[in-house]
Amino acid sequence: MNAHGNAPSRTPQDLSESITGGVGESPSRPDGNLKVRGDYAYSSDLWAEDMLWGATLRSPHPYARITGIDIARALAYPGVYAVLTHEDVPGDNRYGLKITDQPVLAEDVVRFRGEAVALVAADHPETARRALELIAVDYEVLEPVTDPKRAAHDETLPKLHPDSGRENNLVRYQPIVRGRQDVTAEVVVSGTYTLGMQDQAFLGPESGLAIPAEDGGVELFLATQDLHSDRKQTARALGLPPDKVRMTMSGVGGAFGGREDLSIQVHVCMLAMHTGKPVKMVYNREESFYGHVHRHPAEMHFEHGATRDGDLVYVKARMYFDGGAYASKTPVVVGNATTLGTGPYEVPNVDIAGWGVYTNNPPCGAMRGLGAVQPAFAYEAQMDKLARALDMDPVELRQRNAVAQGSVLHTGQQLDYPAPVGELLERARKLPMPPERDPAAEPDIRDLPGGAANTTHGEDIARGVGYAAIIKNVSYAEGADDYSTARVSLQAVGGEAVAMVHTAAAEVGQGLVTVQQQIARTELGVERVNIHPNDTSVGEAGSSSASRQTYVTGGAVKAACEAVRETLFDRAAAALGHTPPDLAVVDGKLVSESHGVLADVVDVLGDGVIECTREYHHRPTYPLDPETGQSELVHVQHAFSVHRAVVDVDTQLGLVKVVALDCVQDVGKAVNPDAIVGQIQGGATQGMGLAVMEEIQVSDGLIRNPSFTDYLIPTILDTPPMKVDIIERGDPHAPYGVRGVGEPPTISAGPAVLAAIRAATGIDLTHAPAGPEHITGTAH
Amino acid sequence: MDFLRAASLDDALATKAQRPDIAPIAGGTDLMVGINFDHIRPSGLLDLTSVPELTEWSESGDVVRVGAGVPYARIISELGERLPGLAMAARTVASPQIRNRGTVGGNLATASPSGDAHPALLACDAEVELASTRGTRRMPVTEFFTGVKRNAAEPDELITAVHLPRATGPQQFAKVGTRNAMVISVCAFSVALHPDRAAVGTGFGSAAPTPRRAVEAEQFLSGELTSRGMWADPRPLPDTVVERFGELVAAACAPIDDVRGTASYRRHALGVLARRTVRWTWDEYSIGRQTCA
Ligand SMILES: Cc1cc2nc3c(=O)[nH]c(=O)nc-3n(C[C@H](O)[C@H](O)[C@H](O)COP(=O)(O)OP(=O)(O)OC[C@H]3O[C@@H](n4cnc5c(N)ncnc54)[C@H](O)[C@@H]3O)c2cc1C
Repeated sequence: MNAHGNAPSRTPQDLSESITGGVGESPSRPDGNLKVRGDYAYSSDLWAEDMLWGATLRSPHPYARITGIDIARALAYPGVYAVLTHEDVPGDNRYGLKITDQPVLAEDVVRFRGEAVALVAADHPETARRALELIAVDYEVLEPVTDPKRAAHDETLPKLHPDSGRENNLVRYQPIVRGRQDVTAEVVVSGTYTLGMQDQAFLGPESGLAIPAEDGGVELFLATQDLHSDRKQTARALGLPPDKVRMTMSGVGGAFGGREDLSIQVHVCMLAMHTGKPVKMVYNREESFYGHVHRHPAEMHFEHGATRDGDLVYVKARMYFDGGAYASKTPVVVGNATTLGTGPYEVPNVDIAGWGVYTNNPPCGAMRGLGAVQPAFAYEAQMDKLARALDMDPVELRQRNAVAQGSVLHTGQQLDYPAPVGELLERARKLPMPPERDPAAEPDIRDLPGGAANTTHGEDIARGVGYAAIIKNVSYAEGADDYSTARVSLQAVGGEAVAMVHTAAAEVGQGLVTVQQQIARTELGVERVNIHPNDTSVGEAGSSSASRQTYVTGGAVKAACEAVRETLFDRAAAALGHTPPDLAVVDGKLVSESHGVLADVVDVLGDGVIECTREYHHRPTYPLDPETGQSELVHVQHAFSVHRAVVDVDTQLGLVKVVALDCVQDVGKAVNPDAIVGQIQGGATQGMGLAVMEEIQVSDGLIRNPSFTDYLIPTILDTPPMKVDIIERGDPHAPYGVRGVGEPPTISAGPAVLAAIRAATGIDLTHAPAGPEHITGTAH
Repeated sequence: MDFLRAASLDDALATKAQRPDIAPIAGGTDLMVGINFDHIRPSGLLDLTSVPELTEWSESGDVVRVGAGVPYARIISELGERLPGLAMAARTVASPQIRNRGTVGGNLATASPSGDAHPALLACDAEVELASTRGTRRMPVTEFFTGVKRNAAEPDELITAVHLPRATGPQQFAKVGTRNAMVISVCAFSVALHPDRAAVGTGFGSAAPTPRRAVEAEQFLSGELTSRGMWADPRPLPDTVVERFGELVAAACAPIDDVRGTASYRRHALGVLARRTVRWTWDEYSIGRQTCA
């Protein structure tokens, strides 16, 4: 399957399996059975004859000056082939998604605990690990900057990136103001909300295999979210032209934003090029916690003013996002948080500001729902608080203020597509409730808070219900030229017309392979559609992030298929000698209403191949005014979801069992309804995890729980059955009317769960995750 | 690193005497994690899974001998009636996969304050059987835990079994974790009623440097039950007794703040667990309903 002669033995999966089903149906995933059987090859399974193993030496300090590195003993260790430091970086020792500020290997300073300092290649992973211990690095330890608010405002703190050109340790400051600023309201509620650092917790750790190529370049097989972004940054650091750095996607074991930034990419290529041998790198779980960015923790101050009737008058908000040592996606987090920070509500007067900062904490970047997750916890808590202050039903309050098509957001953008938030809330309220707990019945402890650990047999359990409605932007924003590329070919193979779709768009588990096949089947009227392995031999697809691939890559596949179809029609017309007006392809045949079946597609194709490559660019967006935050169209599309959570809380122990977590979401057009349900269930689980248990605990710049023993993610006993109600209000600007699906449920689930816990306990929980110590008042 | 498989106990003890630094391996669910993370680098592994003396349980008189290598899954399915507290504790350990491999011997050797078997062993006055080429000895489990992840076994000794009296009354085990399955305890508590000798046993985990008994709570409750004549004539436990029992358990602990929880939460939660579990055991005892764990 692989185009490269020296391909590793176990890389791409057989994704050519083609399952019936066009747009709107639910064909199952070609990789599904392999994954369930354990046969699927992930990037950590890569293997090449005679390969070496790479390992990374990381800083033990959050902030320190490097005064010397001695690699002699490590280099002399038997089995070691290379020990590399920043001096060996062939090109520019800097990379970064938005701001090029991160060294491939640290030079004179380390800015976070876990920063890469040196690399080793050895004949065995254990040998490489031993050799790391023999590298002597002298550090002069410095006082770390760990308070994000001080980092934003305190001029006395050291500047971690003195060349940044921004004041203090700012990465981005963005205010948005609209309406009157001196406004007052009859009813005012305020609160400060904090959010811990969440990890993507993808199960497949960072891994890849680099093979030096004869042309002086390198082939890299890896798991990533964006091949071309990786290639651009890697080539620059390697000092190679991009075409000498060829990347092929290997099996991705989850991503959720954590694979947008580079991890092993440059390191493993450097080792391969230095040793002239294939080199593999795989992080273990602990290293993975240091080796990728996390979700930005946040501190958010909100004030809502409303009339006594419940009409929102104003929202004021100040939000701080800790970006950690390097910028990564911090600018985007600030942009999303400020532009989405009022929630899916119409607010006439707004004064919002967001700060994203550098500190010596672990770097934070993209994670599912980036920048939208954080304020949702705050504005939805505020809406409930306001409902209580008004003595109004919380759903009614939300409906009263909900945006709709035609609404103008605080950026000045008018929603020129459906925005059925009121309808989503109404449907959520009407979903059937789970049965009440019967106190007389002998309970199955697994259904109670504490579950299998036998902490309650029904004592002290209170039930609560909570709602959350949220807004998320889809695709890249603020003026980015957002596009994807697809190459589609059609040819006759064994008497059957077979289409091949080739893109660089990463399948990270979301179901994009299936979507691409469905689109090609629908557009080309053929049954067999193969997916070419993702690589850099086709144009850019952009990242599998921002809920954008079905929209953007789906749009590119559709456009390429249409071009192929046009060519096919031209050929058919030439052969027929006339052009029937209403030509179509159905089940491998060219048909027209007026003339019936005209030809078999295979006959028109003959021995030839029709191949077309098309880019799809969504309509342009525009930047925010730096002072007022106004923009004609900052986001190409918004997506909306509503969650209703029902929880049982053990009020004495503070343990929680989420009983139901039901979702209503507008998806524009359900290209693959089953896959959408999967996205919503998975996304909701991740959001619920953030509400009740997931937090990377950082103190003094150090991660205290870098393992799955102590960074907990929900098990199936924590995850309730979920009713999912999908509605389709097509976006006229999007291919097929689709609306991004993957992120909204992650955003709405957590605030709904917290609202339900508050309803059950009456406690004003302000931190996510809410642990047992918060619920029982024993946090200190 | 060598991998040696012992065919018999003598074989295993001889190897351990010659190479005290070799790591015995039973289920491997602690050891392999340590090796994977490079926290330990033993010179070799001594596989105990084929040593019959370790992998079986037996009963003589009122005492059950559980081989150190009997996995949790078998304790749950085979010993629920004889040793309900230990079986309940076993049921809260990890996931089915880990319970198929993990053993009480491994739990004891690791001697973590959070080991789930420990509170149940403490509540039942278990004895730990240790063997070496020098001979076999038994010690009360209370003496076995000597510090955080430290135990009283000598370098040449293996843990061969635990001995527990067959249950004569209800027993309970409950553990708090921050998710509903597959979690290391934030704190755990076990209580056992021993009506045969009018005694109460307790054990708690993750709330002191070692697993411990709450001796004052035990004495208080057995004293109350005896003085009120309730062993022979069981009536509902007065709320004041339950409250006091909970307070004494909470007072017995010496927890710390760590990534899994705060000291103040642990103390509070142990009190709650103590009150609930003592009610469950007493209700079961007084109703006379012998439920299997
Ligand atoms: C995912 C996961 C979840 C877990 N969850 C829990 C949990 O909920 N509760 C809990 O208590 N534990 C838990 N553990 C820890 C572990 O499963 C238990 O401690 C288990 O009892 C260890 O038993 P083992 O047979 O696997 O020990 P091994 O890993 O084989 O050995 C552990 C230690 O004991 C030594 N050893 C083993 N047998 C003997 C012997 N007979 N004599 C002397 N030394 C010996 C070994 O050398 C090693 O030092 C978990 C572990 C994992 C990986």
